[in-house]
Amino acid sequence: MTMTATRTAEAAAGPAAQPILSVRNIEAIYDNVILVLRGVSLEVPEGSIVALLGGNGAGKSTTLKSISTMITAERGRVSKGSIHFRGERTDQLTPGALVGMGMVQVMEGRMCFGHLTVEENLVAGAYTRKLSKAQIRDELERVYAYFPRLKERRTSQAGYTSGGEQQMTAIGRAMMAKPRMLLLDEPSMGLAPQIVAEIFEIVRDLNEKEGVSILLAEQNTAVALKYANYGYILESGRIMMDGPAADLAANKDVREFYLGMSSDGRDSFRNRKSYRRKKRWI
Amino acid sequence: MNPEILFFFEVLLGGLLAGVMYSLVALGFVLIYKASSVFNFAQGAMVFFAVLSFVGFMELGLPFFLALLVTVGLMVLVGMATERFVLRPLVNQHEDTLLMATIGLAFVLEGLAQLVWGVEVRRLDLGIPDVPIMWIADATGIFVSALDLVAGLVAAVMVAVLAIVFSRTKVGLGLRAVADGHGAAMSIGIPLSQVWVFVWATAGIVALVAGMLWGARAGVQFALVGLALKALPVLIIGGFTSVPGVIVAGLIVGASEKLAEVYIGPYFGGGIEGWAPYMLAVLFLMFRPEGLFGERIIRRV
Ligand SMILES: Nc1ncnc2c1ncn2[C@@H]1O[C@H](COP(=O)(O)OP(=O)(O)OP(=O)(O)O)[C@@H](O)[C@H]1O
Ligand SMILES: [Mg+2]
Repeated sequence: MTMTATRTAEAAAGPAAQPILSVRNIEAIYDNVILVLRGVSLEVPEGSIVALLGGNGAGKSTTLKSISTMITAERGRVSKGSIHFRGERTDQLTPGALVGMGMVQVMEGRMCFGHLTVEENLVAGAYTRKLSKAQIRDELERVYAYFPRLKERRTSQAGYTSGGEQQMTAIGRAMMAKPRMLLLDEPSMGLAPQIVAEIFEIVRDLNEKEGVSILLAEQNTAVALKYANYGYILESGRIMMDGPAADLAANKDVREFYLGMSSDGRDSFRNRKSYRRKKRWI
Repeated sequence: MNPEILFFFEVLLGGLLAGVMYSLVALGFVLIYKASSVFNFAQGAMVFFAVLSFVGFMELGLPFFLALLVTVGLMVLVGMATERFVLRPLVNQHEDTLLMATIGLAFVLEGLAQLVWGVEVRRLDLGIPDVPIMWIADATGIFVSALDLVAGLVAAVMVAVLAIVFSRTKVGLGLRAVADGHGAAMSIGIPLSQVWVFVWATAGIVALVAGMLWGARAGVQFALVGLALKALPVLIIGGFTSVPGVIVAGLIVGASEKLAEVYIGPYFGGGIEGWAPYMLAVLFLMFRPEGLFGERIIRRV
């Protein structure tokens, strides 16, 4: 029996403790006219990994940006519903305030600070914390322990590192804020399968050892369901389906539409969505 | 030593000392351009506004250092007001919109300064005579004005302090992070508005120092606004986003315009000091558009 299976079972039977994040029936709107989310509700139990799945333009990123309030930086806003993080209502706060409360979003397209070194990127992640030089060193070592590759590349300019290293830098930078929850927007985007696996292993490690709860948006349904405890499927701004990751992975429709497998279980590459899209900036 | 060579060094030194001040003015542009992607058209107006206010406070009877302190405070306020009333409402707008806004800001500052302090040319006496320092002349045979030397040193110290703040302090790191990506910086909780206030206030203080150094020589007058134009070739040569680039470019522009005036000028009937830097800038635009230390834009997909 694999680790994933035990964890899934655990989460499925999991305690009914208060979720670390609960999103209730939110609508999100850009430029006051473009309604993108039409009533999205979801929950992230403390300590779990939850996947938000769906195709291009389904509203995954918008959901994450609504939660982190980063949507306000793109002339968008949450126009209805409510969001609670660690028991507090947060939908009208600022991203900075949420970082302070322990929630950090890693944005789509792994936005590193290209001209800063990898290590400077990480240090910038601790900007909101008042740390001494020695404490920063400790925090760096803590993060490097999860990302040994970053330690090797610490003095390289982030803009010239590989895509995988940039994604790691972005996640490591978020970890420097000592978050209780990470919002990851398509960590697999544009990366080779073995790098994707490497990154998801680290994410699971962070989840288990640091106890960070994780909400991740992914088009790569197979990988996301392999590592998540629970999943939501988003289509045109609505949740179409949700359930424990194992159940979703076994679901006929999910297999057909999101995993690209025909009903007899064989992988039909012809129907498969192209996961490795061109990188888009925001 | 050969008087020809001595004269060459004298011209070169004069040029370099003037050049550090070009670096200083250009640095104000670079700070703002990096942190908020705004080409600050109002930089020259800030120079004028700052030094006119300083002279005004002195005329009101404030002693030198108090006047300096009050003007620094005033420039911080201008920075805060700019963030609050210009940048914040226009956040996420196109760069051109922001450029327009700074043109508006320039008019507001110029108008306000003249409204409050009047339009006549003032003299600014820093108590440093514009005469050659004798012991240097005696020792080396080079004549260098005390005012030029002090101005060059002050500008150099200022540039050095800014470079250190930029590369070694927390707010400097925040500033460079914001310069690389507003969204990413926000997502890790770096307060954009705080960084913006910081750079605009810093640019205001830089403007004050530049205005004082120039005003002491040329008088405090509206023409100081045009001084910022001198920064343009410096920016092109140094690169809009490179702090070391504009420092070196300022020195190059200062030295080359003086040397060109003295050695090439006669062939053109003189007066080339005014346009030689622009010629140099055009050459750079043709052969090295990213500037001296060209921080090329990193694009990796
Ligand atoms: N800043 C914006 N302004 C206006 N509309 C936007 C903005 N960002 C996203 N949208 C629109 O919202 C819809 C959902 O976009 P979103 O980025 O949330 O989708 P997504 O599920 O993350 O897709 P992808 O997998 O392609 O990243 C799309 O139709 C998109 O055009
Ligand atoms: Mg997206």
